[in-house]
Parts: sequence; C-alpha cells; structure tokens
Amino acid sequence: MIGYILRRFGAAVLVLFAISVLVFLIFFATPGVDPAARIAGKNADPATLAQVRASFGFDRPLPVQYVLMMKHLFVSHDLTSFVNRGTLVIPQIIDAVPVTLSLVVGAAVIWMVLGVGMGTLAGAMRGTLVDPLVMLLGVFGVSLPVYWLGEVVNLITQKQLHGSVFSWVPPLGYAPLSQGVGQWALHLLFPWLTLALLYAGIYARLLRGELINALNEDYVRTARAKGLSERRILIRHALRCSLIPIVSLFGLDFGALVGGAALLTEVVFGLPGVGKLTYQALQNLDLPVIMGTVLYAAFFVVLANAVVDVLYARLDPRVRRA
Amino acid sequence: MPEPLLEVSDLRIRFGGFTAVDGLSFSVRPGEVLGVVGESGSGKSVSMLGVLGLIRTPGAKISGKVVFRGRDLLALKNAEMRAIRGREIAMIFQDPMTALTPVYTIGWQIAEQVRAHEKVSKRAARDRAIKLLDEVGIPAPEQRVDAYPHEFSGGMRQRAVIAMALSCNPALLIADEPTTALDVTTQAQILDLLRRLRADHGSAVVMITHDMGVVSEIADEVLVMYGGRAVERGSRTEVFHSPRHPYTWGLLDSVPRVSGPRVRRLPTIPGTPGAAGQGCPFADRCTHRLAACAEAPPLSGTAGHLDACWLPEEEKTR
Amino acid sequence: MSTLLKATDVVKHFRAGRGRAVQAVNGVSLEVRSGETLGVVGESGCGKSTLGRCLVRLTDLTSGKVEFQGRDITTLSRRALRPLRPAMQLVFQDPYASLNPRRTAGDAVAEPLRIHRYGDAAAIRKRVGELFDLVGLTRAHLDRYPHEFSGGQRQRIGIARAIALNPALVVADEPVSALDVSVQAQVLNLFSDLQEELGLTYVFIAHDLGVVRHVSDRIAVMYLGEVVEVAEAEELYAAPAHPYTDALLSAVPEIDDGTGASRRERVVLTGDVPSPIDRPAGCSFHPRCPVAQARCRTERPALRPVAGRQVACHFPNVPGTAAGA
Ligand SMILES: Nc1ncnc2c1ncn2[C@@H]1O[C@H](COP(=O)(O)OP(=O)(O)OP(=O)(O)O)[C@@H](O)[C@H]1O
Ligand SMILES: Nc1ncnc2c1ncn2[C@@H]1O[C@H](COP(=O)(O)OP(=O)(O)OP(=O)(O)O)[C@@H](O)[C@H]1O
Ligand code: SF4
Ligand SMILES: [Mg+2]
Ligand SMILES: [Mg+2]
Repeated sequence: MIGYILRRFGAAVLVLFAISVLVFLIFFATPGVDPAARIAGKNADPATLAQVRASFGFDRPLPVQYVLMMKHLFVSHDLTSFVNRGTLVIPQIIDAVPVTLSLVVGAAVIWMVLGVGMGTLAGAMRGTLVDPLVMLLGVFGVSLPVYWLGEVVNLITQKQLHGSVFSWVPPLGYAPLSQGVGQWALHLLFPWLTLALLYAGIYARLLRGELINALNEDYVRTARAKGLSERRILIRHALRCSLIPIVSLFGLDFGALVGGAALLTEVVFGLPGVGKLTYQALQNLDLPVIMGTVLYAAFFVVLANAVVDVLYARLDPRVRRA
Repeated sequence: MPEPLLEVSDLRIRFGGFTAVDGLSFSVRPGEVLGVVGESGSGKSVSMLGVLGLIRTPGAKISGKVVFRGRDLLALKNAEMRAIRGREIAMIFQDPMTALTPVYTIGWQIAEQVRAHEKVSKRAARDRAIKLLDEVGIPAPEQRVDAYPHEFSGGMRQRAVIAMALSCNPALLIADEPTTALDVTTQAQILDLLRRLRADHGSAVVMITHDMGVVSEIADEVLVMYGGRAVERGSRTEVFHSPRHPYTWGLLDSVPRVSGPRVRRLPTIPGTPGAAGQGCPFADRCTHRLAACAEAPPLSGTAGHLDACWLPEEEKTR
Repeated sequence: MSTLLKATDVVKHFRAGRGRAVQAVNGVSLEVRSGETLGVVGESGCGKSTLGRCLVRLTDLTSGKVEFQGRDITTLSRRALRPLRPAMQLVFQDPYASLNPRRTAGDAVAEPLRIHRYGDAAAIRKRVGELFDLVGLTRAHLDRYPHEFSGGQRQRIGIARAIALNPALVVADEPVSALDVSVQAQVLNLFSDLQEELGLTYVFIAHDLGVVRHVSDRIAVMYLGEVVEVAEAEELYAAPAHPYTDALLSAVPEIDDGTGASRRERVVLTGDVPSPIDRPAGCSFHPRCPVAQARCRTERPALRPVAGRQVACHFPNVPGTAAGA
C-alpha cells in the first residue's frame, strides 16, 4: 500500500512537471510572439520591456527561461502582473485560495451528506413512492443553472425579502475566519447551498443507480442468507460497494472546483476566490495571472486525482496491486 | 425412521401469472443429503429460496407449508427468520466469483456471520474463521484469513463460502449448484469436502444440481423436478437403478458417459424444457403419453419411491 | 486419411503488463485428418479457445505454423485469408452473443452467403431454406428474431451459419456447454448427422469429458497451454497415459445406474492450476502431479509417441510397459 502511494504521488509530480512545461511553452515559447511584451501587457514602455526581458532571461535558451520562470513563480514569488500595475501574482492567488477552499469544502460537505442521503433513501426504498419523489428533487437540483439560481437567491435574500424574512443575511462578499466562524459561515451559507444543490442532485442519481445494482448482486443474496439485518446489508455491503465510484467522482469534482471551476458561484456571490481571479484575468488578458491560476488549478486537479486513486485503492482492494 | 428436519408440503410460488413452483412436497431427515435435479427453469433455485424466505420480487406469492424443526417458516416474522438463516439453515450459491462482497477480507466476512448469531468477541470470531478455513482445506489459513476474495481462485472461494456457511454449525446446508461454475478436478475436491464435512458436522444437505453424476455421487435421496413439480422422488439407488418416470429415463439416457459402451446417437428428449400448461408438465415432450396425461398425475408409489406419472405400474421400467 | 489441418509448435502469448506474458498456447503441434472429429479437452483457461482461434487464423500466432489443405496460412493477411474463410468456420459457445438481435434468423444465416456472393437473392433464399431443414429448424423460424429462440435453437442457427458455405473444417468452441442435457443431446446428434451427410471435419472444443468422448474420434488433452496427450478416444478413456488425463477422468462424477460400469479410482489433485503467466519450469504439471520425479522439475517433456498415442510425460502410464523411459 505504501509503495502504491509513493508511486502514485511520484507519478503526480511528473504530471505536474509536464503540465508546467506545457503551460510555459504555450505562453512563452509560441514562435513569432515577444514573450516580454506579453508579460508586460499592452502598451508597455520600453524600460519595462527591457526589465522583463532581463529578469525572465528571454535572451537565453528555453530551458533557462523555464527555470527562471519557475523561480519567479515558486521561489521568489515575485511574478508581477503589469496590467494591474505591479501587483504580485502569487500573493494574489494565495489570498484567493482560502475563499475558494471555504466555499468548496462547505458546499462539498453539504452535497455529500445530501447526495448520499437522498441516493441511499431512493435506492433502498425502490418500489415505494419515496424513490420517485426523492429523485424528482434531485432532477430539480441538477436542472437549475448555478448562475441563474445564484441570481435568484440574491434577488430574494438581498432585495425582495431582505427587509423581512432574510434580514439576517449579510451583504455579498467574503468574511475571513478571523472575523469569527459565525460571520464566515453566514456569508457563505447561500453560496454553499447554491453550489451544493447541483452536485447533490447528480450524486443522488448516481448513487441510487449504483445501489440498485449492488442490491441485485450475488453478495447481497449471500449476506441475506447469512441472516444479517436488512440495515446492515444495505449499509455495510451494498452502500459500501456503491460508494467506490462516488468517492472517485467526488475527488475529481472537488479538485476541479478548488482549481477554479466554482467560478460562476464566486462571481455571482462576489466572493474573491480563485475562480473570480481567473475570470478577471481572462477579461484583462493578464497573462502572468492566467498562467499562475492555470498552474494552480493543475496542481489541485492532479493532487485530487492522486488522492482519489489512493482512496480508491483503500476502498477497493481489487485495484491495490496494480 | 427419524423425524424429518425439514418438511415442505404443497409449496407453490407464483410470479404474477407464472407458476414457478407448483405444489412441491419433500422432506429432509437430519444428516441426509437430498439431491435436487432438473433442467434449467424447473424451479430448483426458486423453491429453495422460497424455503429460506429469500424471494424478494415484489408480487411473488408463496403458499404451502415449510416446517423446520416443528416451526412453519412461512409464518415466521422477519427477525425470527433471520435468526434461522445462516445459523440453523445456511445456503450457498452457484457462482463463487460473485458470492462474496469484494471489499472485505474473507476472514471479516466469516466473522460477520458468526457475530450475527453468537455473542463472541472479534478475536474469537477471527480464530473461528481461521479454524474453518483450515477445515475446508485452505492452505496457510492464518495468512489467508486476511486475503480479499479476488485473491482467491474460484475453487478456493467456494471453499471459503462453504466455510462461512458452516460457521454456525447449521443443521441444514442448502447448496445451489455449488460446483457448476468449477472445473471437474476442482469440483471433485469440493464434493469430497462436502462429504467429509457432512461426516464431521452431521449437517443435512440439499444439493441442487443439473448434473446426474453429481447426484449419483453424493445424494442419499433424490428429487427430480420438472416444470416446477416433483416428478420422481426416492432413495438414490431406487431412482438411479430403477427410475420410474419417463423424464428421469430421458435425463439419464441423454447424458454422454465417460465409461461404458459408446453409442453413435444419444437418446434425446424431444422439444425444449418448459412445463406444459395443464396436466402432466412433461406431457408435450413425453413419448409415452396417454389420454390421462391431460390431467396432472399425483406423486404416488411406495414410501421409499414416488413418481408422478399415469403409466401403469408394469410399464414404469425402462 | 489425408491431413486437413496441421499445426506445428503453435505459440500464442498475450501481453500481461510489466513485460510479462500470458502464455495461453505454448508449443502445440497437432494434425486434423479429413473427416474426423478431433476433440480438444481441458480445464478452464488452459488455452482451448485460443488454440481454436489460432487454427482458423482468427488471431495472429506468436510463433509456429498452421497449414490448411497443405497450404501455409500462418502469415496470410486478412485479405489473403478471405477466399479460405468459407472452408474454415467457427461455432461459438454462446450463439446469442454472436447473433445480431435485430436481424431475423433467416437473415443471420443468409449473411455469410451474401458476403461470399453465393448467388442471387432467390438462390440464397433457397439455400437458407435447405440449411434450416438440415439443422432441424422449420421454415416458420425464418422470420423470427434471436430472442424468440431457445438456447438449443439458437445453437442450430449458429451451426446453420457455419455450414452455409460447405466448409471443410468446423471448429466448434464449447458449442453445447450452455445447453441443458436433453437439448445438448439433440445438438450433439445434429453434429454427427451433419458430419455424416456433408463429410465435415470437426475440431470440437469442450470441457465436458462425456461430451468429448461421445463426439470425438481422437482427443487432445490440454493443460496450461500445452497438449499433454493425444489418443484415439476409446484408448484414452480406457487407459489414460498422462497422469493429468488420469486425474481428469477420475474426477468426473459418474452415474451409478446399477449396470455395473466400474468406477475409476479417484486421483485427487491438490492445489489449483498455476497461472499461465508463471508457468512452472520443467513439466508444467509437476507441482500437482502424483508421480512426479526430480527430472520433471527441470526437464520439459516433449510430446512423443508412446504405445500408439502421443504423450508429453517422462513417466507415462502405459499398460504392459514399465514406467520410466
Ligand atoms: N424473481 C423472479 N421473477 C419471475 N420469474 C422468476 C423469478 N425467479 C425465477 N423465475 C422463474 O422461475 C422459473 C424457475 O426458476 P429457477 O431459478 O428456480 O430455475 P432452476 O431450476 O434453478 O434453473 P437453473 O438450472 O437455470 O438454475 C424460471 O422459469 C424462472 O424464469
Ligand atoms: N485476448 C486476451 N488477452 C489476454 N489474455 C487472454 C486473452 N485471451 C485469452 N487469454 C488468456 O489466455 C489463457 C487461455 O485462455 P482461453 O480462453 O484460450 O482458455 P480456454 O481453455 O478456452 O478456457 P475456457 O474453458 O474458460 O473457455 C487464459 O489464461 C486467458 O486468461
Ligand atoms: S512429466 Fe512428470 S510431472 Fe509431468 S505429468 Fe509426467 S510424471 Fe507428472
Ligand atoms: Mg438455479
Ligand atoms: Mg474457451
């Protein structure tokens, strides 16, 4: 198992390296474009251009350029966004990470609890009215676009009913944990619910299908023949096996969301997270920031992949020896 | 003659309009091996699942009487039935590859069954699992107890499943085609194992199979099923040496043998398996049929050997 | 009797990752004579199906040689094989899987005729009708779909397809394994009737020793990718020479119907068949062999003629001769 984990993370490091090289090549080694001009932004003065050229070594061979770039990114943390007149890229990302993490972790907890709960209920109560009812609820969650749902929630909680029922809802934006857990959670409550609703629906559907298959498996029949209680059969046998694909999907979704895929939610609720940062950088063609966030996203997606694989191996002994 | 351990009378199992088991009666005495043979769809599995209350299809209708140690199983509550399943009556199934939950170790699954029925510590349950694995011939059981099902071959898994079934010393073991998915040499090992275990534990066994050879090797009593009904029932020697039902004749004749004279053409039963609607279920494939066969023949005969056929007594020999 | 198919030292390996190989077929040499039925028997995973596919070149060989009607077909391309296809046909275990569920039985049988340009639509229709008669289906079955047939009837459709183009050789891979005994007997009879009427040659793959004995003139016994014994059917069953054949036969549960057929003495093999990835050195069978000696652990026995048959064993059991050679 330890060997497997080491191997898996070794592979992840290699993949990250490959991605960084690829990103570097795409951004800075595209033939016919002056990379210095890209970093310095539109209409940069010649002095800035010269400074950029020197500090990134654009007159030196590509491997050296790559190393210098990585040094700016990861060692000296001084990659500068010139579009934004000199803000440092890395601190910007580092500031945005807790926001995104707060949003995604909270939403993930909610959607896993909801999704697994609903899926299990529907799967176990198949043939009764509960199943279609729960699934209808799930479809409802899946079919609402996050952006639209967020706007409606804002409309209701911030305007329409803000004077009465929702007077306790704070204004849009983020409150760091340093202002107290209460404020933090209160600010994030609706973003969490909005993001979670979509995923809860998807997960509930998926789990229900897996569970129904599992309940028809031979091993469930064996478990019944052993004289186990229906509850134990459902939870320890059927659900345990059905969760394996759910967990692997969860890891991927989680990684992608932390990597910036929660962009829409962040934008709608005015949360200064990584998604929003990427969104702004794209609008301004702020190349250093784009590169920084792309690498950051890659890092989380690859990390999540590795964690998922290790978890998968923990959950499913059949893949352990691979 | 000792009291029967299990006595099934007039068991009827219907799925919607389809009658899968139609008035089946048989009994199993303590320590005896009953072989249940018949072609696919004859209701072998369904009837035994019915005995154990394991039919979960919505709308399935089960009637009749299943008396086990003086209690009617069909009338028991769920919780009471659970206490019998796995403890007094164990059941194992055809495909050892899928019969175990893939994510738990073999030992865990055996211990789970032990602890479902007896108040013993985890440690003690695990020790019992090791002892059982040893007993069914798994080499190095102390290590193998922590193996996962996929790390076992088919034959070893079937042994593990048997070990699990025997963990609470059941009075009756129902084995549904336990060797069908296995190779002959592995099948021989498993049959030997079952024979030995019966001698050691004294459990009665209901052995479901479609292989006449397997029945001939292991059964004391034989029940031949066709179309959800018992067509012949009796001791092994009676049924194999002087079979009385045309279907049993056909079944015995159409098996190509590994010894004895080689025939150029095999005797066959015309048509395909499946019950005729009314009357004798075998009527539309039977070459001996009479006018009377339009009505269902009762299972009758001497105490040791019954058959359900309208042929006159003197014609019931091959 | 002339040789229809000749396999020499056929090897088929599959890649198994980390540079290892599944040695599915490992140096098999055999001959199929015109008009005979060669049975191939062995336990699951011993390479019967893979060998069958090699013999009709449905797969490429890793090494070795296959000659069909005197012609080396080992390295022929798909295209070059095409004209030979009608002459070598395969019948599968599960006819359902090989039939298109949306096409009628008549279409399924007509397909090979169309592909190989048997004739115009009328000629094909006539031929399909004949084939249905031949395999014991009625004309009413022509327009039915596969799911409307029972297992035995589907197998009849599969057989009709295989014999549509008058093949010289039919390789049947476990054609009756999925059938009930009473239906199995019908299909086995069909096989022998067709052989008699059409002069077919069969390679009949099966794991059921009773079935193989019934259909075969000669039998090849396989273990772990190798042929360990080839003999006339009667002789093989009367006196198996290879210890594995002996164990295999003795493991078959026999019906005791009081007619006094004597029971073989059981040879119980211990353990499981080793993985075809890590084949034991020397004789593949030595870890489980009840008569293995030191030599068996190091030296691989070649298939050699012994008392009118072929055996790959250092210490074959041949009546009248002392063990050891
Ligand atoms: N849950 C179910 N719903 C409807 N029909 C069923 C159900 N289970 C079994 N049957 C039908 O009942 C009949 C008897 O089935 P059963 O499984 O007992 O056959 P069997 O004798 O065990 O055959 P096999 O040798 O193929 O296992 C079959 O026709 C089958 O299709
Ligand atoms: N395409 C393939 N890729 C990898 N391994 C294969 C492939 N086909 C077969 N094998 C392996 O080769 C070996 C021989 O397989 P084969 O199917 O020929 O056996 P068989 O004797 O026909 O068995 P069965 O009785 O189960 O049909 C097995 O170990 C199998 O897992
Ligand atoms: S060669 Fe040796 S090990 Fe192999 S079968 Fe013969 S006696 Fe047994
Ligand atoms: Mg069954
Ligand atoms: Mg095969």
